[in-house]
Amino acid sequence: MANEQQLQDAAGEANFATVIAKDSRIEPKDWMPGDYRHALVRQMSQHAHSEIIGMQPEVNWITRAPSLKRKAILMAKVQDEAGHGLYLYSATETLGTTRDTMTEQLLAGKARYSSIFNYPAVSWADMGAIGWMVDGAAITNQVPLCRASYGPYARAMVRICKEESFHQRQGFEILLELSHGTPAQKAMAQDAVNRWYAPSLMMFGPPDSDSPNSGKSMAWNIKRFSNDELRSRFVGMLAEQVKVLELDLPDPEVRFNEDAGKWEHGPLDWEEFKEVLAGRGPCNTQRMERRRAAHDDGAWVREAAAAYAAKQSAAHETAARKAA
Amino acid sequence: MIPTGSPHSQVPGSSPHSQARDGSRAAVGPRDGSRAGVGPSTGSESDTAHHRNPTPYSQGESSASATRITPGNALRPEDIALAAAAGTAKPSEGVAEYALRLGDDALILAQRLGHWISRGPELEEDVALGNIALDQLGHARSFLSYAGAAWGKTEDDLAYYRSESEFRSAHLFEQPNGDFAATIARQFIAASYQYPLYRELSGSSDPMLAAIAAKAVKEVDYHLDHSTQWVLRLGGGTEESRRRMIAGLENMWPYVGELFEDDPLAAHVGDAVVVPTSLKDEFDRATGAVLAQAELEVPAHPMATGGGRRGRHSEHLGYLLAEMQVLAREFPGASW
Ligand SMILES: [Fe+2]
Ligand SMILES: [Fe+2]
Repeated sequence: MANEQQLQDAAGEANFATVIAKDSRIEPKDWMPGDYRHALVRQMSQHAHSEIIGMQPEVNWITRAPSLKRKAILMAKVQDEAGHGLYLYSATETLGTTRDTMTEQLLAGKARYSSIFNYPAVSWADMGAIGWMVDGAAITNQVPLCRASYGPYARAMVRICKEESFHQRQGFEILLELSHGTPAQKAMAQDAVNRWYAPSLMMFGPPDSDSPNSGKSMAWNIKRFSNDELRSRFVGMLAEQVKVLELDLPDPEVRFNEDAGKWEHGPLDWEEFKEVLAGRGPCNTQRMERRRAAHDDGAWVREAAAAYAAKQSAAHETAARKAA
Repeated sequence: MIPTGSPHSQVPGSSPHSQARDGSRAAVGPRDGSRAGVGPSTGSESDTAHHRNPTPYSQGESSASATRITPGNALRPEDIALAAAAGTAKPSEGVAEYALRLGDDALILAQRLGHWISRGPELEEDVALGNIALDQLGHARSFLSYAGAAWGKTEDDLAYYRSESEFRSAHLFEQPNGDFAATIARQFIAASYQYPLYRELSGSSDPMLAAIAAKAVKEVDYHLDHSTQWVLRLGGGTEESRRRMIAGLENMWPYVGELFEDDPLAAHVGDAVVVPTSLKDEFDRATGAVLAQAELEVPAHPMATGGGRRGRHSEHLGYLLAEMQVLAREFPGASW
């Protein structure tokens, strides 16, 4: 029995190595190393949690959106993010961790979500800056993940990236409208760009020199580019598009380095990043509190749905038995 | 103005924006093990898995994003606004007043429902209630754009720059969300009213009202199904859910009466509009059947005095409008 298992594992391991070497896809039923599974669950659930917590700053403006068209677009966007969360939780469940477990981990503070959502959305222009910069950074991060070695994750990313690009365009349009509006509107837009710039750059994670988990992820074809490579790409995109907006990036050191062939930016405050990560950002407590409240307030509804479903299936069984 | 050329200089995205979704979606239910439509494939098959319906609100690639425009999607609010601006859609004064009522009902309801997003009992409900809110907002925009054509006003003029007494919504729609059961009770009444209303209105002698209603009735059909399923689940779920469902219904039922009150407008406009009393029997029968199935009583509370159609509102609307209008009014004349 044990021998048979060992043989299967050996075959699975060989298959895994071949799949990675050929840059092909691992599927849920395939053998995979425990570390690989663990790393995926961590990354994918963190991603799912980010979609869900990330709804909060934008929800804050749905009821106050300044035109009905913008209200509709914002509502649809936030609803998309809920869909992304659902989709990613389902993809993660293929690795054997249930959504309930992931939710527990989030609510217990054991699982992370993207730090950026611990900053407050204090003006309407933040709806523009979040779409343009935060969704923009997400796309930069996620496009390479469309080729991630784990099939369900890669496929989820293909789907999600399509929607994220709409979000980014809509954010850009909000800023464009503001920057070509009244002086007060333009100032609002500039202020939002100033506040979201550094946090959005830090969404790519710590500098390569300080990123311990990246090596394995790269070897497993989950991660394709380093944090700094992606960040540099993102800065380049911002630097070009900000000209169309006729706004400025709050970083005089942004430039294209001809010799290195890549975009560079000024120093980032990694101390602040660590503080926010450690739970001491402006909104950490608020975000978790809201998530917990929704979960707790909804408990009786979920219980009712489960009880009703159980009664229904019991009734169906009885009916089926009588018929037979 | 928008440069193209190097990949860096392109503006984000690649398609025109707009809120627009087709009416299709899978029914969204609670998480009772029947989430077949949600999520990627669990099997080890090919890359075709992502062609399946991945989220509860969309079906197929053509409606992948709730924020994507659906080409050829007839009669968007923008189209009505264009027609109004071109002078090809100008309702009579009576029809405009009627459209204003229906638009205000839908707008206030959308505003209430929008608050649920990120606060639902499960993610599926964030999506479902968001969906319903979006549909209602879409209907509101269409009705208001059309109504505004009579007075040279846009949907935003009407939504953001009218005072409380100028709103024509019925009291039901401004009732606070309460708990999930109260929201479901309000939703059940609203959809049971709007469904036959829009179905009848799609035969209106006013072609624009008919067209807006014909599109809306398909969406409200889903709203009715959603709230009906939840009335059954909560009514027949646990002791607590049953208690809350009963309380929700009792709190919302007094606002049923106003929905079916006739006033001189209907008689004045004739067959362009639906006479409210004509819908009452069907409402009573349909809601009665669902409540009977859930073994719930039709609440026997006396009906509240309405007045929304004349601009007399409950204590709740002022707060709702203050929040909705604050930013627009801070920047009068600005464009967004
Ligand atoms: Fe997303
Ligand atoms: Fe997004």
